[in-house]
Order: sequence, then structure tokens, then C-alpha cells
Amino acid sequence: MDFNDTPAEAEFRATVKDWIADNAGEYLAPPAKPWGLEDFVIRSKGWQATKHAAGYVGLTWPKAVGGQGLTPMHQIIFNQEESRTYVPSGLYSIGLGMCIPTVFTHGSPEVAARYVPKALRGDEVWCQLFSEPVAGSDLASIRTKAVKEGNEWVINGQKVWTSFAHKSDFGIVVCRTDFDAPKHKGLTMFIVDMKAPGVEVRGIRQMSGGSDFNEVFFTDVRVNDSHRLGAVGDGWKVSLTTLMHERLAVGGKPRHAPGYRTLMDVASGIETDTGPAMERADVRQRIADTYIADEGIKLTQMRALSALSKGAIPGPEQSISKVVVAKTMQDMASFALDLAETQGFAVEPGSDLEKLQSSYMWSAGLRIAGGTDEILRNIIAERVLGLPGDLRPDKDTPFSQLKPL
Amino acid sequence: MNFDLSDDAKTLKDAARRFLDARAGPSVARKTMDAGTTHDAALWSEIVEQGWPAARVPEVHGGLGLGTDEACVLAEEIGRSLAPVPLLSTMAAIEAILLAGTETQQAQWLPMLASGEALGCVAWAEGDAKSPTAMPGLNLAGGTLTGTKSPVPDGLVATMAIVTIATPDGPAMAIAALERVAREKVDTLDLVRPSARLSFANTPAESLGTAAHWLRLTEQLAVISAWEALGTADAARDMTVAYAKDRVAFGQRIGRYQGVKHKLADMYIKAELARAHALHGCWAWSVATRPGETGASTPELAQAAAAARVASLDALKFTAEEAVQLHGGIGFTWEHDAQFYYRRNRAIAASIGSRAHWQDRLVRALEQRNRAAA
Repeated sequence: MDFNDTPAEAEFRATVKDWIADNAGEYLAPPAKPWGLEDFVIRSKGWQATKHAAGYVGLTWPKAVGGQGLTPMHQIIFNQEESRTYVPSGLYSIGLGMCIPTVFTHGSPEVAARYVPKALRGDEVWCQLFSEPVAGSDLASIRTKAVKEGNEWVINGQKVWTSFAHKSDFGIVVCRTDFDAPKHKGLTMFIVDMKAPGVEVRGIRQMSGGSDFNEVFFTDVRVNDSHRLGAVGDGWKVSLTTLMHERLAVGGKPRHAPGYRTLMDVASGIETDTGPAMERADVRQRIADTYIADEGIKLTQMRALSALSKGAIPGPEQSISKVVVAKTMQDMASFALDLAETQGFAVEPGSDLEKLQSSYMWSAGLRIAGGTDEILRNIIAERVLGLPGDLRPDKDTPFSQLKPL
Repeated sequence: MNFDLSDDAKTLKDAARRFLDARAGPSVARKTMDAGTTHDAALWSEIVEQGWPAARVPEVHGGLGLGTDEACVLAEEIGRSLAPVPLLSTMAAIEAILLAGTETQQAQWLPMLASGEALGCVAWAEGDAKSPTAMPGLNLAGGTLTGTKSPVPDGLVATMAIVTIATPDGPAMAIAALERVAREKVDTLDLVRPSARLSFANTPAESLGTAAHWLRLTEQLAVISAWEALGTADAARDMTVAYAKDRVAFGQRIGRYQGVKHKLADMYIKAELARAHALHGCWAWSVATRPGETGASTPELAQAAAAARVASLDALKFTAEEAVQLHGGIGFTWEHDAQFYYRRNRAIAASIGSRAHWQDRLVRALEQRNRAAA
């Protein structure tokens, strides 16, 4: 048992390290001041083009679609080395992580040839238009409608929680094309031009105060039938391709989220009525429990990397990641804020406590995003442990005839 | 990256699983409980024939010279099957002698323990509320021990014991043959693996290593107990999942209800966190065992062993308790097997320091590493 690279992995890592040292330039150091959104988009496009020119984009994708045909370990090693720098990241994670694999898996060769190369180079940004106000966990209940008119589809409806919609050139949108079929059977996936007439993007302000997502309204938006992904009525199956990739992308702790070390730092600075916080048994127990969760997930990811390194498929234990991470963040943050009494209530920018306050606010969203805690427990119970699925009384009824029980 | 058990260990695990599925399990545990015997003697001789006690003993002393991975998978399968045999106690005594024994002590004891001729146990508890790192009441004076140790798991059947003693440097170990030591059964919550009160009276004993060796041994026992707990928790979960797929209430299999299935999912989540830490503990132990190491603790082992112990106790406690709960009334009956997991949960929790003891040791290890890094 060891945590080392194989000789081939070490060689690839050395090559990547050298390339990053030669090319990351100013991003080898933290930015002097935070970038604005416009600046972030320009810088993201610049860095993506640099990576693309050197062949470091789409590492695991087939060569036929412009990828490098390498293994998941190559992608992971590149990501690990890239994440040591301060390069702009995130603008392409949904497009290249989820949308484009769906485009080249289910789109026609002509459509793939038009969109994939530009997405790889970073010239065009993509978003994913799935959730709706009435269809979150129950995604197959979406109501956004696409109606065929000649060789075109006319889309009307509303999507929500769309990251980077306002900076995107294209999106993949799942629509209901047959209201008389049962809910999973009447869906179809399309590529939509986000700059087309009738597409309106509005920012959502989260309870945390930030604005990282959007609502997208479609009013008589026209899409050519050539931009359909998969067969009419196969939208559910197509969306599973996308979501399979989302699960891989969303797991793990956010990169700079506070962990057990933050809790130790905060506790070390607090003098409670009964003495230094670090000497209190309840504090030490909470640090231990946070370590168990944080490091347990990190070690579980190492189990997955070990499988990938041998060319095997990671086990189902990866499915525990997000459900553990999000709740641990929330619990640890509220514990630390309690420990600080009123100091944990007043906001002081730049302090460790402020990091925990923002982690407390943000973790409430993380417990919902990409599969709620409850849905993830269902998935573990049903797919890993083999328990029977929830009863779904709406499953076989035509969508147009559904009534709430 | 190769954060996984060795292929050899996986092969041994599969073989042990097949053997114990056929020869052990709750029904065999129940027979031992009902008979009130110290262990299942027939099963034990088969296990000795398989060479499991010899696993970690070097070939020069008549053993197989296997690694820490193999010790961990054996503990896991013993935990899963509840096998009423003194294997883990004997393996613990072997580890103590491997860590701290002189050439002479190794040559004297290891061949007998490997062949099953001698059975070992670890006698650290003294019937009070002290942890395994607190100063024991016993000491070694003029080459003899006097006083009692209780409860000692497998102490009724063992022929030799690793006994903790007070020394100026802290708790340390002595090694004693048990032929002339008075012992009686101590009632505990575990009815399958009985414990003893050992009364030493001028019993000849030899010092075994230093206080640092005992501290290190507690970490290794924490890792072994983590694997045992994992196996026990997995068996309790499998039994409960099977029941939830079968039992009907309100016209549905109860496994459809989220109130039931989410608890089962939580059992899985806790077990997989524990497994990751148990693997880490196994890794840290194996690194600390390489030639040139002193037999004292290492920063990695202190941290990983404590985390493995805490995470596995979390998983086992939750799983054993909710296993009874999800079975409903039948699970609370004497005749049902759920009690074995519920009781073994207490046995493992008491075996080498409580959850709170190891949480504190984990944070100490983190503090020490922080200081070292600063």
C-alpha cells in the first residue's frame, strides 16, 4: 500500500509540472485583487486557449472528437497540478464536464463537428438547462415545452439554477415534447443558442447574498431539428449521460472550504469561561469528528484514484462524498460560531470566523445542489444496498392527466 | 497511488470469508453462548490448521511472515462471523512480542503461539474507569506479579498473557504464563466471547519492552479493532438490509420507506468512512513496521490509528443499535441474532479505550503534527 505515482504517472506529472511552470505566468501567485466577472471570463478564455494549444484539454475524450484519448488518471494528475496554481477555473466545468460529452454522445456528426472543437478551445461557453421551479429532485416533472413546427421546435417555459447562463453561448435544454406520454417518456433534449431571440436570463440572489445562478425564460425560442440530441422522447435517457458526469464533478469538498484545521485555528484563539477552548472535551471531540468526515472523504477519493490507476472502475463508496461533505461543513461551522459566542455572530471581513460564517451560509445550498441529502440517501439505499425504490404513483400515467394525490 | 489492500490479503480475505460463512456466524455464536464454553474448540483447531495465528509470525519462528494487510482482513472476517475463537487475542499477544520482545522472548513464545500450542490474551483493564494509557496498579517486583486484571477477553482459555504494569516511564508490559494463575469468569455484556478475572499472586513474569512499546501496541490494537468492528457492522447491516427487503408493513416492503432506507444508507456511509480510515491505519502500521523502525509510535500511526478506532466505533454503534430498531419487536427477542451485534458493539467499544479516549488521542496527534510542521 502506498500513495505514490506509478512510474508512468510520475513521468506525466513531471511533464505537466514543467509545462505549468513555463506557461501559468502570473497565475503562479495569488491575484493582487479579486477579478471582476468580465475580467474572469476573459482570463478563463485565455488560459483555456493556452491549455488547448498544448493538448491539455479533453484528456480522456476520444481522439475522434478532438480529445487526447488518455486515462482518467491523466486528467486527475493534470487537475491536481493545475489546482496548485491560481489560474481562473470554473467557467468551463459544466460545459466540458457535462454538456459537451452529451453533445458528442448523442448529437449528429455535423453538430459535433460544429460545436465540440470551439468548446474545447474555450471560444464558446456552455450551460446546462435542466431544473425548473416545479422540477428539482423530481427532474422528470419538467414543463418547459417544445412543439414541432416544420423543421423547427418552438420552446416555451422556464429553467432555474443555471450556472453561467448569462456568460454562455449555448446550452443543452431538456423539454417536454409529448404531454400525453408518461413523465419520463415525453422528454427531448436540444442544443439552444443562448443569444437567440426569446431567451431571457435573470440572476438569482441566493440567501447567502451572492448571485451565482440564473433563471432562464424561453419565449417562442426556435431551434432547428438538427440540434436535437438523441431521439424524440429519449430526453430522459440523454439527461442521464449528463447527470452521470455531474455526480463525478460535484463530489468532494469545495477547494477552499474550511475544514478541521480551521476549527483548530479558531478554537486555539478562543478563551471561554471555562478556559482555553482547545482544552474543552466537547471542542476536541468536534475536531475529531470533523477530521473523521473530512479526511474520510479524502481517503475515500484516494481509494477511487487507486482503482483508476489500476485501470479499474471505482467502487460505489464514492457516492457518500457530497452527503458527508455538505452536512459536515454546516455542523462544523455552527459549532465554531457557537464557540465564539457573539463574536461568531458579528461579521468581521477577512477573519477565520467570517470564512466559517460564509461556509455556514453556503453549506445550506450545497446540501441541495447536485442531489439533495435525501435523494443521495435514496440512491445509496436503492443502487448500492439494493432496497426497493420509493413508490412512484405518477410513473405510468400520461403527464397531461397527472393530479397530485 | 495504491491505497488498497494487497492482492494477497484480498485472496486471504476471500478464503477466510468462505471458510467462516460455512463454519461460523450467529448460529455458531449462539451454540457457544448456550453451552457456556470459553470458545468453540473444534472451530479453533480448524483455524489453527489454516495457519491464521501464524500469519504475522516470522518464518524463522515457525510462522508465515505475512504483512499487516493480512492481519487486518483476518480481524475483519472474525468480526463479521462473530467466530467464538481466541484468534484476535492471540494475534494481539503476538504483536506485543514482535514489537517489544527480545530475541529470547521471541524464540520462546512465537513458535508456540503460531502453532496454537499457546493461546494469548492482553490483560490491561483493572475493573475501574481507567483508560489503557493510565498507570496500572500492577507492577513487576522481583520478577513476579501480584494483583488482579479484569475483564480480560479470552482470559479463561489463554495460556499466556501480556500484562500491563506500572513503570516510572508510564504503563509498560510484562509477559506471564498463566498455568498457576487463578482465574474466574467475569460476567460482561458479551455472552459469546467470555472474559476472565486473572488473579496474579507472586506469578513469575518478565518485562517486555518499554512504555513506548505499550503505547505503540495500543495503536496497533486500535487498528485491528477497527477492522473487527467494520466486519461486525457490515454483517449487522447485511442482516438488516435483507430484513427490510422482506418485511411488509402497510402494504409495502419496509425498505421502501425513507425512514427505514435512509438509516440503512447512513449505516453504509458510516461504514465507508470507517473503511477509509481503517485502510489508512493499516497503511500507517505497515510503514511503522518496516526494518529500521524502533517499535515506538510514529506520528502517522498515532493519527491514523486513533481515527480508525473512532470512525469504526461510530459505524458499529450506529449500525448495531439501528439494526435492532429496524427489526422491530422481533429484534428485541432473545432468539433473534441482533443481540449478538448489539452486545459485540459494547465489547469492541471497551476493548482498548473508549471513543472519547481515542478522540482525544486523535486531536493530540493532530496538535503534535501541527507543532512539528510549524
